Amino acid sequence: MESVVNRAATAAPMASREVRWTTVGVAGLVLLVAAQVYGVLTSPPDRDMGHLQKIMYVHVPAAWNAMLAFLLVALASLRYLWKGRLADDLLAASAAEVGMLLTGLTLALGMIWGKPTWGIWWTWEPRLTSTAVLFFMFVAYLILRTFVDDAERRAQWSAVVGLLGALNVPIVYMSVRWWRTLHQMQSSPMTLDSSYTWPLRANAVALMLLMAYAVAHRYRSALMTQTADELMDRLALKGTPGGSRA
Amino acid sequence: MPATAIPLNPDPGTLALLADGVTRRYGRRWALRGANLAVRPGEVVGLEGHNGSGKSTLLRVFSTLIRATSGRASVLGHDVRERPDWVRGQVALMTYHPGLYDDLTARENLQFAASMLGRDASGIDAALDRVGLLRDGDERVRTFSSGMQRRLSLARLLMQRPRVLLLDEPYNSLDRQGVALVNEVVAEVVRGSEGGAALIVLHDRQSAGSLLDRVEVMFQGRVEGQAEPELPSASEMLAELAS
Amino acid sequence: MSWRDDWRRVRAVALKDLTAERRSKSGLNAVTFLGVLVLMLFGFALGPDTESLREAATGAIWLAILFSGVLAFNRSYQLELDGGALEPLLLYPGSRWSIFAGKLLANLAFVGLVELIVIPVALVLFHVSIPDAWAAQLGVTLLGTIGFVTLGTFYAAMSSRSRSREVLLPLLLFPMMIPVLLGAVEASTSLLEGNVMRDAGAWIRMLLVYDVVFLAAALAVFEFVIEV
Repeated sequence: MESVVNRAATAAPMASREVRWTTVGVAGLVLLVAAQVYGVLTSPPDRDMGHLQKIMYVHVPAAWNAMLAFLLVALASLRYLWKGRLADDLLAASAAEVGMLLTGLTLALGMIWGKPTWGIWWTWEPRLTSTAVLFFMFVAYLILRTFVDDAERRAQWSAVVGLLGALNVPIVYMSVRWWRTLHQMQSSPMTLDSSYTWPLRANAVALMLLMAYAVAHRYRSALMTQTADELMDRLALKGTPGGSRA
Repeated sequence: MPATAIPLNPDPGTLALLADGVTRRYGRRWALRGANLAVRPGEVVGLEGHNGSGKSTLLRVFSTLIRATSGRASVLGHDVRERPDWVRGQVALMTYHPGLYDDLTARENLQFAASMLGRDASGIDAALDRVGLLRDGDERVRTFSSGMQRRLSLARLLMQRPRVLLLDEPYNSLDRQGVALVNEVVAEVVRGSEGGAALIVLHDRQSAGSLLDRVEVMFQGRVEGQAEPELPSASEMLAELAS
Repeated sequence: MSWRDDWRRVRAVALKDLTAERRSKSGLNAVTFLGVLVLMLFGFALGPDTESLREAATGAIWLAILFSGVLAFNRSYQLELDGGALEPLLLYPGSRWSIFAGKLLANLAFVGLVELIVIPVALVLFHVSIPDAWAAQLGVTLLGTIGFVTLGTFYAAMSSRSRSREVLLPLLLFPMMIPVLLGAVEASTSLLEGNVMRDAGAWIRMLLVYDVVFLAAALAVFEFVIEV
């Protein structure tokens, strides 16, 4: 039972870490709100789109951060395959969950923006299309996890899937871009006036903080679930007749 | 009841098989809960126990097919997790499934095994003859009875030239001659190779005859004790354990 | 283990898979038939207008290959799972990647045979005449097929041993196939139109990079997929 005592002893630093991550989350939220206020107040309404253009302030940073999430999945997966620590697998899964959320948000905002701008809900714009592919890869990764019962097998398989998915990201991005440029559809009006760059950057940082908070939160709760599982396992092992003799 | 036959500080180098606190779980269920077992070179050890007591899982851990959740297992002094490929060259596992390809003939099945093992194909006829399937060698396995399939997997096992045998209920669906054949093969491997040994999961120890040096009994994922082959039957021991 | 041992194992696995497939036959016939059926459905969906059929031909061919071929990969492992043959297969000492490479070769032959029927049928159904650059077209088809079969064989090693394998495989595989689909369709279409934009070469290079990257990656990490 000494391990239980050890866990109890680590509870205090865990609590202080909890506070630290909460600070990160709150900071992200505050910055997010401030960035919108700043954006609305300072940057002039767009010539064509008016204030609708402000959607871009969240849409674009969300896409950037989704890429970061995928990078985190890949790195954690790689480290899992290298070291074999189950915690790295849980980190990859947490990053994938948040990544799916961010890609989903990017797609939703893209649609909300596209309808009044182009009169269509969906456009095969390269960056948007790549994000959609990314979204499907996150979803497939998470569905795979629910289909595998054994923890070690799940970790190993999803690490491999995450890694191959990450390899595919640049190839998808390049191929989708070529595909669109060759067909010469309308290029996206993403060239930005300098007055737009500051709110964009502030939003990127805000979303990054929020992402870090969310990943850390999911990761810690997954670790706690795992610890609880381990303790229950220990009980299950001790609680059988003849167990003490082994 | 005598304790499990593990010396206080077992030197894995001198043992054919060693399991030291091996656990394995499948999802929420523990198949092994700290199994200890030692098999010395030259020994033939029987393994008895209820269904689900962890016998097959233990065999699979030794064969490198399944990883232990915790604990240590070694074959001929080498850890199964550190040197799996070496261990695979030394052990042969015979499971409940014959593990054959139904649409290939008996001979093709052995040819495939020979290619995978890097063995000469010239031994195939001898192996088929040994298990009494020479005349059926060009028939598809799909048409074989379960006893014939078992004989064929025994022929494949012969081609592996293993030093340590892990047999999971090898006598199932075999006739009297088949049972004798299994025992012959076991004796041959154990006596004929350096460090040879066999671990046999069985329900009916009559089949193994005088081959067994001892019988270990598993209960709820642990090796709970041993019985001399002549001593009370496993079912009696299990009844005692369960009470 | 020398490369000679590995090659012997690769060949043994491929021949074994192909022999079993040849004997049971039903698989190849059914999959080919499904491919042709998908082509027919595309014809109905696109209408009888010759011009629109011709424009959509390469896309339809590749979707027919993807939708029918995806059924081949789980079969490849089902063969091992049926009689419990996977366990002895994994217990042969030696490299595990050679098992993957053998299955990959067998699946390449399988999908190649499906294409041998599906593509000519598509040419007839969609009123496409055999292009002048047919050799380059074959090259594009081969490169696309290698990418498809590599990842299909790889992911099927997981999906065939998990719950709901029928759904899981396309779910894992198809998002990964988007560059292959784009590359093969765009290169083929461009070649059919006489490569006026001079873009077929870029797509072929992209397919080549894709194949090399994922072939290397799949061979390198197959061990992790099959061992537990």
